[in-house]
Amino acid sequence: MLNPQQVVDRYFLESRCQLLEIAATLDRYDLASRENGTAGADDPRWERLYQSLEILADRGATPDRAERLLKLFSDPAL
Amino acid sequence: MQIIQPHYHGIARTAQDYERMAMSGVVAVAEPAFWAGFDRLYPETFIDYFRQISEFEPTRAAQYGIRHFCWVAVNPKEAENPELSQAVLQRMPEFFDKPNVLGVGETGLHKSTRSECEIMQAQIELALEYDQLILIHTPHLGDKLHGTKRVLEILKGLPVNPDRVWIDHVEEHTLRMIKDAGYWLGFTLYPVTKCSPKRAVDMLERYGFERTLVNSSADWGPSDPFTLQECVLEFRRRGHSIQEGIEVFYNNPARFLGQNPKFDLLPIRLEAIQEEQPATAGR
Repeated sequence: MLNPQQVVDRYFLESRCQLLEIAATLDRYDLASRENGTAGADDPRWERLYQSLEILADRGATPDRAERLLKLFSDPAL
Repeated sequence: MQIIQPHYHGIARTAQDYERMAMSGVVAVAEPAFWAGFDRLYPETFIDYFRQISEFEPTRAAQYGIRHFCWVAVNPKEAENPELSQAVLQRMPEFFDKPNVLGVGETGLHKSTRSECEIMQAQIELALEYDQLILIHTPHLGDKLHGTKRVLEILKGLPVNPDRVWIDHVEEHTLRMIKDAGYWLGFTLYPVTKCSPKRAVDMLERYGFERTLVNSSADWGPSDPFTLQECVLEFRRRGHSIQEGIEVFYNNPARFLGQNPKFDLLPIRLEAIQEEQPATAGR
C-alpha cells in the first residue's frame, strides 16, 4: 500500500483531469439549458451527480466514498 | 508474469487479442457463454454457440500458445424467454463432457425479473446435479445492488458449496456481502463505466486477496482485455511483489477453476535457482 504522499504524487494529475471532465460536463449542461431551455432539469440522474459531489466535498468523510457513490447510483430495491 | 484471464469472450475479439495477450503473459483464458447483443430465437443457435466456444475457439487460442476453457449457460437477458431457456438447458449436459468445459456460466441476473430468477435457479440445480462449477453474473450499474442481494437469496435456498461458486462483476457496495457468505468473487475491469483497474487494486488491498478473481471480460462492447494487465501494473507499482501478483492473477484462478480437474494449471511459486558456478580454469 502506498503512503499518503505517494498517493498525492501519483494520482493528483489524474484526479484533476477527472474533475475537469465533470466540470466541463456541468458547463455543457448549463450552456445547453441556456440555449435550449431546461428540459430534463428534474432528471434524477443529474440530481444524483450533484449529491455525489457533496459526498466528495466532505473532508470529514470516512474512506468509503466509492461505496457510498455506488449506493447513491443504485436503483431502489423493487 | 504469468496470468490467467478467467473471464474472456474470445468469439467477440480478433486474433490480435490472443497474440498480444500471449505476448503479455496470458497462458490461459476461460470463456463464459454470454449474450450476443441480440436475443436469439432458437435453441439450436445456442448449441452452435456452445460448439464454437468448446470446439473451435480453443483452436484459435492454441495458435498463440494459450489454453482455452469455457462455460455453458443461458445468460440472464435471454432467460426472459423461458421456453427457449428450458430447451437449451436440456441440451447443456452433453457439453459438460467436453474436455474444456468447466461448468455452468454465466448465469445470473440482469433486471432480476421472475423469469430470470427461475432460470438462474434451474441452471444452478443443473450444475449441482452434474457436479459442475458455477459462474454467476451480477447486474451492471444501477441494478447491481438489488440484483446481487437477489442472487444471494436464491443461492441461500439451494444446497450449493460456496467454494464452487464464483459471483462476478463485484464492486465496493457488493463485495462484503459476497465475501461474508463465503463465495468466490470477481472484479471485472472496463475502460469506462464499471470497475477500473485502480479500484480493483484498492479493493484487493482493503479486503485481501483470498477467493478473489480479477478479469477484464472483453466482449463486443467498449472493453479491453488489457485492463487486466493495467491492473497487474497498478498492483506492482504500489509495491506488491511478483509472487503476490502471481497469487492474485494466476494462482487464485488456478485454485478456483482447478476444482474442475479439466483445468490442469496448478498454482505456481517463483523461486530462484542456486546454480553451481562452473570452475574457472587457472591462468
